[in-house]
Amino acid sequence: MSDLTWGLWELLISGVWVTVQLTVYSAALAAAVAFGIGLARTHRRWVVRFLSGAYFEIFRGTSALILMFWMFFVLPMGFGWQLVPMWAAVLTLGLTYGAYGSEVVRGAIAAVPAAQREAGVALSFSPGQQLRKIVLPQAWPGMVPPFNNLLIELLKGTALVSILGVGDLAFGASLVRNATAHSAPVYTIILVLYFVLAFVLTRGMRAVERHAKAGVGQAPGRRSPLRLRSGPSGPAVTGTAAPAEGDAR
Amino acid sequence: MSADRSTPNTPPAAGGAASSGGPAPAGDTELIRFDAVTKRFGAHTVLDALDMKVYSGKHVTLIGPSGSGKTTILRLLMTLLKPDEGTITLGGRYLTHEEKGGKLVPASDRYSREVRKNIGMVFQQFNLFPNMKVLRNLTEAPVHVLGLDKDAAEERARELLELVGLTAHLDKYPSQLSGGQQQRVAIARALAMRPQVLLLDEVTSALDPELVAGVLDLLRDIARSTDITMLCVTHEMTFARDISDCVMMFDAGRVIEFGPPEQLFTDPVHDRTREFLSAVR
Repeated sequence: MSDLTWGLWELLISGVWVTVQLTVYSAALAAAVAFGIGLARTHRRWVVRFLSGAYFEIFRGTSALILMFWMFFVLPMGFGWQLVPMWAAVLTLGLTYGAYGSEVVRGAIAAVPAAQREAGVALSFSPGQQLRKIVLPQAWPGMVPPFNNLLIELLKGTALVSILGVGDLAFGASLVRNATAHSAPVYTIILVLYFVLAFVLTRGMRAVERHAKAGVGQAPGRRSPLRLRSGPSGPAVTGTAAPAEGDAR
Repeated sequence: MSADRSTPNTPPAAGGAASSGGPAPAGDTELIRFDAVTKRFGAHTVLDALDMKVYSGKHVTLIGPSGSGKTTILRLLMTLLKPDEGTITLGGRYLTHEEKGGKLVPASDRYSREVRKNIGMVFQQFNLFPNMKVLRNLTEAPVHVLGLDKDAAEERARELLELVGLTAHLDKYPSQLSGGQQQRVAIARALAMRPQVLLLDEVTSALDPELVAGVLDLLRDIARSTDITMLCVTHEMTFARDISDCVMMFDAGRVIEFGPPEQLFTDPVHDRTREFLSAVR
């Protein structure tokens, strides 16, 4: 650890910042893709369902790393312009994780009881109004926990971009390792840093989940066991029970 | 016991003077009309070339065994189902079809929406929107479908919540209410659209027994105090007798008998009606 000079720490800190930026931009694109493709996959026209289903299958079935190379090296040959590594990475991660997210959106929409749409019809809401006012708000609480998983996966997936030379946390760690020739401290530090970032995201998503559940009148879920319990402990019920008259014996 | 109470091939004129296929009773307007409506689910024919008329302001109860087509009629009227054959009209306008270029074609969603604004439905499982508090459940459609001013919609909603005795609960989510309270909110929500026709689909079937009476009393009040045409599917025969102008007995997708409740319940013509009534009493 003593080999880590302030300059090397700065490399890691700027890597954290790039990782955070990559995560935020990719997550924003992934969310847009997830809702767009997820909704398209529930569309009443088969051609829309077919095209969106094809997108989902293609992006789920291809390697994010190879796709990133393709975006960076092959796309310029076809279109004549070069994406900067950062945006090639954001595009790849956003489109790939958006495909995974679309399955979350589709599943959550399918889980809203058909009776809710029927109530929407009975009140003469248009299909768009049914979606905006009835279906999506009820589907949203069911989307948040799997979105949380995907967000953590996305955060960890950003490490792929170091191969393109984007100065993220993993890239910074490689540089520091090369400078110090010690792997153990550097990789231990970035393991912890990834965990801290993931933990912060999870806490944030838990807050989103509580808010989403409160929006459909559900009590907030139990807090994480990592949060210390406060208040007295003891039996939940006290008192004596008398046998009820007429009990079957 | 007249033969026209048991003639499945002629259109029952519910709520009128039970003159099958004849002219509407003086002062009454034909509001709902089924013309040779057939509905099938796979190989099973639920409604078999049904002809039926319901006059404005009348209360009609549909009774019959499970699977006889009662609920299907309500769902067809609400456009939750489409007929395989035949047409349905509401106030002279086609409901599931529209005329284009002199031809009758299946109605577009926009057209159906416009016509069905006049129909409200209360469901067996309430179907309140769990993401909206009680007040918003009542105001959302009047504001966004009827284009009512928000303040006017809220005022109307508060009046209706007073009618159903739930003013104190307007700021709660449906999940915080009992089944009976939820059903009363659902009734208020349907009334907030000022429908000409109110469809009641076994509205007490999902309620605990002690909550049934309160909901039925509310519906009796509404039947007495408004001129809304009501079509009601129920197994509550006392309630049916109290509120109905006409009771229709369904069996195997056909109306096998219809008439005023005092006649149908005390002196049914058809053996199947007698069997059914003795089974549910």
